[in-house]
Amino acid sequence: MTNKNSKVEFLPRSHFQELIEHLQQAGYTCVGPQVHEHAIHYAELAHADFLPQGMSEEQSPGQYRLHEAGHDRYFAWANGPQALKPLLFTPREALWQSSNNCEDNASLCFKELIPEQRPLAVIGARACDLAALYIHDKHFLQHGYRDPYYLARRKNMLLIAVNCTHPADTCFCASTGDGPRATYGYDLLLNELDDGFIIESHSEKGVAIQTQLNLQAAEASQLEQANDAVEQAAARQTRGLPAQNLSQPLLDNLHHPHWEEVAQRCLSCGNCTAVCPTCFCHSELDEPVLDGSHSVHYRQWDSCFCQKHSYIHGMTIRDTAGLRYRQWMTHKLGSWHEQFGRSGCVGCGRCITWCPVGIDITEEAKVICSGDQHD
Amino acid sequence: MATDKNIKPKVAVHKFSSCDGCQLAFLNMGENLLTLSTLVDITHFAEAGPVDEDTPVEIAFIEGSLASPDDLERIKHIRSNSRFVVSIGACATSGGVQALRNMANTKDWIAAVYASPEYIHSLDCSTPISDHIKVDLELWGCPVSSWQMLQAVRSLLFGAKPEVLNDKVCQECKRQQHVCVLVAKGEPCMGPVTRTGCGAICPAMGRACYSCYGPAEMVNPESLNQRFLGLGLLSSEASRRFLFINSGAPEFHKQGLKCKPASSDDGNLDG
Ligand code: SF4
Ligand code: SF4
Ligand code: SF4
Repeated sequence: MTNKNSKVEFLPRSHFQELIEHLQQAGYTCVGPQVHEHAIHYAELAHADFLPQGMSEEQSPGQYRLHEAGHDRYFAWANGPQALKPLLFTPREALWQSSNNCEDNASLCFKELIPEQRPLAVIGARACDLAALYIHDKHFLQHGYRDPYYLARRKNMLLIAVNCTHPADTCFCASTGDGPRATYGYDLLLNELDDGFIIESHSEKGVAIQTQLNLQAAEASQLEQANDAVEQAAARQTRGLPAQNLSQPLLDNLHHPHWEEVAQRCLSCGNCTAVCPTCFCHSELDEPVLDGSHSVHYRQWDSCFCQKHSYIHGMTIRDTAGLRYRQWMTHKLGSWHEQFGRSGCVGCGRCITWCPVGIDITEEAKVICSGDQHD
Repeated sequence: MATDKNIKPKVAVHKFSSCDGCQLAFLNMGENLLTLSTLVDITHFAEAGPVDEDTPVEIAFIEGSLASPDDLERIKHIRSNSRFVVSIGACATSGGVQALRNMANTKDWIAAVYASPEYIHSLDCSTPISDHIKVDLELWGCPVSSWQMLQAVRSLLFGAKPEVLNDKVCQECKRQQHVCVLVAKGEPCMGPVTRTGCGAICPAMGRACYSCYGPAEMVNPESLNQRFLGLGLLSSEASRRFLFINSGAPEFHKQGLKCKPASSDDGNLDG
């Protein structure tokens, strides 16, 4: 919801750098989309010149191709492999250290390694990622069990959302109800037009930045254009899940032959879980130094497609690709409802694009939930 | 490893058919090599100096594949002298790049390469250590990394079971936030069937993994091969992705032979 002090204004593209400078002056390190290793990637952003101006991309199952599209826009593309997840739930981080060199002559002592985090301003967050962030906030910051590592990064983060105008063929946020329009969870919101941006604030922090900018009043025709673009973005999406809550159809089809059909193609590589903005599984490991004097305890991203994820003493519970894929889908689209009150899928389509063999969650869910071949 | 604090555990590093690259993972440890020398007593390590294959040791590291009749005797002797046998590198764990000859006629090519073939005593096949003796721990890689060696030594010194990495390279690649070279560039990357441990160094350089760490757990080479064909590789090119550094690993061997067309002219792979 728009903050009551917020105005809906126009920021010419030629003045975008001023937004970055005001954020920097307010103490934020800016993070924004940039071209990196043939994809659009989020990284520290020093200047508007590094934004992916003129770039667009094509995505299909198992394929992503970036190209120069010959326009002036900064955000005329749909999400690349990552956005907010790695900034908050980092792929690998030290949790604590144990040592046998202790001050009080104890034989063993422990030290928590909470990160020092500079306040980040993330420019370009999409609706699907904000929906995923809401789920991660619920997971990592639930009452009584707040994760101090996640919290240290989350608490000072400023989010500048951009409404999507160029969904990929793999995007299906309209069907999950999570996009392409961002409706919550951000401080500032941008709608991109040919010559600039409609800008509005949705928090005190956002208003504080917006009021410092030299902006023009937004005209009714500009607002209309912006609105049409997002509506068209939703209309262009062709993929979708059969329903928002698939708990029951999935439970009814636990022995559907299609699980085995997917297993023939699935590599159990876990790329889908690594790019999924809502997956949060991790494993923990210790790295002692060679002389044995201290050891650092890490957590790192793990996946239900890895063997150790379902290993209990003496046995691996999910020892086939079919069981692993089933675990993933029935959790994400099924039992997630019980756990978080909604589906674990925000329709970002990343698992479709970044699956090396192009397995498509929307297609597989359709077949399995239809129960057609129920045995 | 329950040991008296004052008695340093003995360690040996043995070499069989190999390029010595894995032994360098010890020698390239830098400061850790000095620390290691205070923690253990290295009784045999020909490349670094000490030679004594007879003293019983706590840990024997084995580099190289078994390729000659003498090797078969030596490895039995080492096993009987060692508490833990750790095979290191592609040669010792899968037969190495030299296992490519397992698919050819050894006699023919020995005759073609050597002026006096009668001096060459090679077995028909280059095989991994575990084909011949019980191996307690396998560290894959061509070469293994110093990090793997340090973790294994430290765990054994603590008396703990060393962590065996068996996930796919994709896991580490994604943790390091690299963009998938298969999806974004159409490179025939072996990451989805390859064991992690290298730190995803090839994708980090924008190139496809060629599986120097061998097969991960529960791989699906058939599906990945299908994807390679979809990227435009000929089936002989796809088969070479599997029949390379770890051609002796059963999962890769089977897939490589399956997709190699009979008419292909790339050497005598079928023997
Ligand atoms: S399951 Fe796939 S489409 Fe859904 S949120 Fe995760 S990555 Fe995106
Ligand atoms: S899934 Fe929706 S919100 Fe996310 S990038 Fe695609 S169009 Fe934008
Ligand atoms: S669905 Fe695709 S990305 Fe996920 S584990 Fe299987 S092959 Fe890998």
